[in-house]
Formats: sequence, C-alpha cells, structure tokens
Amino acid sequence: MENKIKLNPSMFEKATLEDRNAEKIKRPSIKYWPDVWRRLKQNKLAMVGLTLIVIMSVMSIVGTHINEFDYKEQNYGLINQPPDSVHWFGTDELGRDLFTRVWLGTRYSLIIGVLAAAIDFVIGVVYGGLSGMASRRVDSIMMRIAEVIYSIPYLLIVILLSVVFSQQGSGTSMFVLILAMTLTDWVPMAILVRGQVLQLKESEYSLASESLGGTRGWILKKHIIPNTLGPILVNVTLTIPRAIFAEATLGFLGLGLQPPSPSLGNLSNDGLAVMPVGIFYQIFIPALFISLIMFSFNVLGDGLRDALDPRLRK
Amino acid sequence: MSIITIWAVITITFFLMHAVPGNPFAKEGKMPKVVYDNLQKKYGLDKPLREQYVIYLKNVLKGDFGDSMKSRVETVNDMIERGFPVSARIGAQALLIAIVFGPALGALAALYQNKFPDYFSMVLAILGISVPSFIMGTIFIQFIAKNVSWIPIGGWGTWRHTLLPSLALAMMPLAHMARLMRSSMLEVLGQDYIKTAQSKGITKSAVILKHAVRNAILPVVSILGTTISNLLVGSFVIEKIFGIPGLGSFFTKSISNRDYTLIMGTTIFYAIILVALLFTVDLAYMFIDPRIKLTQEGR
Repeated sequence: MENKIKLNPSMFEKATLEDRNAEKIKRPSIKYWPDVWRRLKQNKLAMVGLTLIVIMSVMSIVGTHINEFDYKEQNYGLINQPPDSVHWFGTDELGRDLFTRVWLGTRYSLIIGVLAAAIDFVIGVVYGGLSGMASRRVDSIMMRIAEVIYSIPYLLIVILLSVVFSQQGSGTSMFVLILAMTLTDWVPMAILVRGQVLQLKESEYSLASESLGGTRGWILKKHIIPNTLGPILVNVTLTIPRAIFAEATLGFLGLGLQPPSPSLGNLSNDGLAVMPVGIFYQIFIPALFISLIMFSFNVLGDGLRDALDPRLRK
Repeated sequence: MSIITIWAVITITFFLMHAVPGNPFAKEGKMPKVVYDNLQKKYGLDKPLREQYVIYLKNVLKGDFGDSMKSRVETVNDMIERGFPVSARIGAQALLIAIVFGPALGALAALYQNKFPDYFSMVLAILGISVPSFIMGTIFIQFIAKNVSWIPIGGWGTWRHTLLPSLALAMMPLAHMARLMRSSMLEVLGQDYIKTAQSKGITKSAVILKHAVRNAILPVVSILGTTISNLLVGSFVIEKIFGIPGLGSFFTKSISNRDYTLIMGTTIFYAIILVALLFTVDLAYMFIDPRIKLTQEGR
C-alpha cells in the first residue's frame, strides 16, 4: 500500500507570530564569567572564604587606625596585658598593642601573598606561553631549564637569600622576601600555561585565526590566553596562601620581615616565646589569623576550580 | 637532570654565601691582623673566589663539607652525621603516617560521599591545610603533652619523643593527600570500568581495592615529591618547637649564628637528599603507572 500523506487545508494556514517565536531562546544567554560566578555563589564554603578575604583585606587597611595605638609604640607599664576594653587583643611583651600589630601583620601577609602570586602569574604566563608557542626543540630546552629551577628546594633558597640580604638577627625586607619566593615558584604556573597552550594551539579557532593571517603573538594574546584564564585563576588563588604560609614559616624561624614590622609569622614566634609562662592569647590570635587566611584562600580556590569545571555543570 | 640540579644548588649556595657583606668572623670581636689572616687561610678565604669554588666543588664531590666556622670540635660532616638520623626518623614516620592515613581517609570520604565519614575527613583535611605545622605543634604540646603524662613535651630519646613531632609534621601532607584522594576517587568511581567490574560480579571490596583505589591513587603518588620537600622544610619548624637535636635545628641555628660553612654544607646535603628522593618517587611512579616513561617529554 502506498502511504500517502493526506492533505487538508488546515496545513496551509499562515503561521502566526507565536509559532515563529517558539524556537527563540527566551532567557538571556549567560556569558562564561557570569556563569562561573553564579556557580561559585552556590558553593557556601567558597563564599565564606571570599567573605572572610574581603573582611580581612578591608580590616587590614582600616584596622590599624581604629584605635589610637601605633604598631611600634611601647608601654612598659602595660606589658603582656590580656585582651580587655582598651587593648582588644592585649599587648605584647614590650607593651605594644596587638590589635594594631595583628592587622598590620595581616596587611603585610596579604601584600606578600598577592604580589608574589602576581609576579608568578606574569613570569609563568610569559614563559609558559612562549615555550608552548615555540618550536619543539626550544620548548623542550625551556622546559628542562624550568624543571631544574623547580627542583631546587624553594624554601632553602628563600632562607639563603634572607641570610644574604639581612643583617645579623634583623630580618629581611619585603622586597627580598617576595623576590626569593617568586624565584622558583613561577614554574608550576609556566608548566600549566604551556600545557594549555599546546592543547589550544591545535584547536580549530586557532587554525581559523592563523588562516586569516593572525600572527603567533596575536593568537596567543587573543585566543589562547583568554581560554586558559580559568585554570590560571585557580592556580593564582592557591599560590597566594602558599606565599603567605612561606612568609609565616620564615617569620617563625626569625627570618621574616624586619622588626618592629609585624608579620603574622613573627607575631606567632613572639607568642611562642611567652607561651611557657602561661600566656596563650599572644600565639593564639596570630595563629588564628594565619589559619583563617589559609582556609579562605584554599576553599575559594577549590570553589573556583569546581565552578570552572564544565564536567560539574548540572 | 638530577646531577645538574645538584650542581646548580652547590653553585648558587656557594656564590650566595660569598656574596654576604662583611666578614664571617666579625662576631668574634676585634682580633690582631695575624689572627685574622690565619683564620682566612684556614678556611681558604685568602684565595681568589674562582679557586675557592673549584676547591669546594672537589671537596663536596668527595663528601667533605669542611669545618664549621663556629664549632671548634665538630666538622660539618660530624654535625650532619649526628643530626640527620634524628631528622630522617621524624620525617620518615611523618611520611608513613601521611601515606597510610591520607589516602585512606580520602577514599573513605569518597565512598561515603555526603555522609558522616566524608564530613569528618574533610573537616580534618581543611584543618590540616589551614593550620600551619608550627601552630599544630604548639597546640599538641599545650593540650596533649601537658595533660598526658607518658608523652614528653620535647627533647629526644625514646620513641615516645617522636610521637607528637611526627604527627604534627604529618598533618599537612595528610590533609593534602586526603583531599586529592577524595576527588580522584570520586572521578574514578564514576568510570565505566567500575561498572564493568561490578557487573562481572566481583565483590565490592575487590572492586574498590583493585579497580578504584589503584587508579585513584595515581595523582596522590604524583604529589609525593612536593610532599617530601614540604616535610623537609616543616622539619625545621617542628624541630625548633619540640627542641629536637636534628639537622633542621642545626640548620636554623647555623643561620642565626651565621656559620657559613655549616649553612652551605646543610643546604647542599638537603638538596642532594631531596633530589635523590624525587628521583626515587619518579621511579616509583613509573612502576605504578606503566604508561609513564622516564624519558617523558615535559611534565
């Protein structure tokens, strides 16, 4: 039997406007970054971290001006005072106000973390990008060099540089600290960027750009780097706590910032010194701050990674 | 590769230490010129820098790190011999704790996702990552050692002395491993080969141990190298807190004493140990994952 289509007049009616709009996408399309932000907002832990980071950053700027005490103002009449209504975090063994000192220490820690991460970012992206775009031989040589640099134990070099640039028992300047930290720490970033570049270089849109006459630099700048920003951002977020941790460790070993400048590391070190006589708040407060900073950046970094991972999209 | 790294460390260390302004004997007070000249001669500081470098390189190759500038009785080698076994023991114990409990907690968390074991191990992991080891150590001393009579507060002697330091040192790598293990385990459990294994009728424990854990543990093994170098630096701090006479405490002391030959010797020794361990980790990785070859291009 022949299967004929039965025609009737209703099939030839004019399409209405509604029918035409049925295929239209009604909701506004969400761009990449707003979409990431939307998913990040759903991650409660990451939002707690982000909130803490914002609060700490603001307080590290204004916190030192809230009470009338200066960070190096000593008061021998009021040494080792536990927290009270005048000195909110108490005073240290030289009678200095810990509230001011802890916020200033937080400021220095955050500056060190952010600057170190920024420098790692710049060197890592440039080196990794160049290595990925270069010919295979050059790439191989550049990666070997990076590997040698990276296998030099990082904190050993930081410690050595602090020894060289600091005078007897006086600590190190912030510039040297940051320099020492970024000396080897840019390598993971470079390796990450190179891997991404190698992968994206082969993509269709890079080929399209190349066939339209785009130079290597143009492709790198316009097509490859924007597409690797996600993983890079995660890496940066996780580099910051690493640098802060390194500074705290150095400060604890007496190689951190130059006194009387406080850092969370040397504040903890001072706190440890008075702990045997039963004074706990002096180590507890800076320790809590370091832990909160580490916590915040780590959960934020994790949250970002999850938000950027397309496989986790629902 | 490893040899180039070690050479780079020796060179950097040597020139950094000789770039330090001032003379290393400044602390001894004013001395007659003859004494100063003799001291210079004893440590070979009167020769040109390049010649000193060659001599030092040769000595290090022979395993001789020279005399300490501050200690009259012990050479740098003596100190390393005395301190290293102590540090190595703490480090090895910490590594063992981390390797055993980290992946185990992570795997448990993944198997019981969003249930109590998951929350428990993830809270522990977040604590371990957020709280630096020097604070962890202090807390341990304050709340465990002071209340439990058979655990000493610090010092060195019996196995009981090693308990808290190893634990404090292990916390951070343990936490990292647990988190990494959890996410890689979750990924593996969603793979088709797990379903295949299950549908073949293998017992649950065999699926988990032979199929899931074996594949999930690869990323954990790959961070072993970083873990080891973190343990090494962590040991400086831990040994300071617990008053342990290990290499780490010699190193920190040599820094505050400005004992340049000791700083150089310990740094290079650390670098050699570290590079050797990293090489071993690479070999182990190759053994576990046959897809990786030693001559792999890039990383």
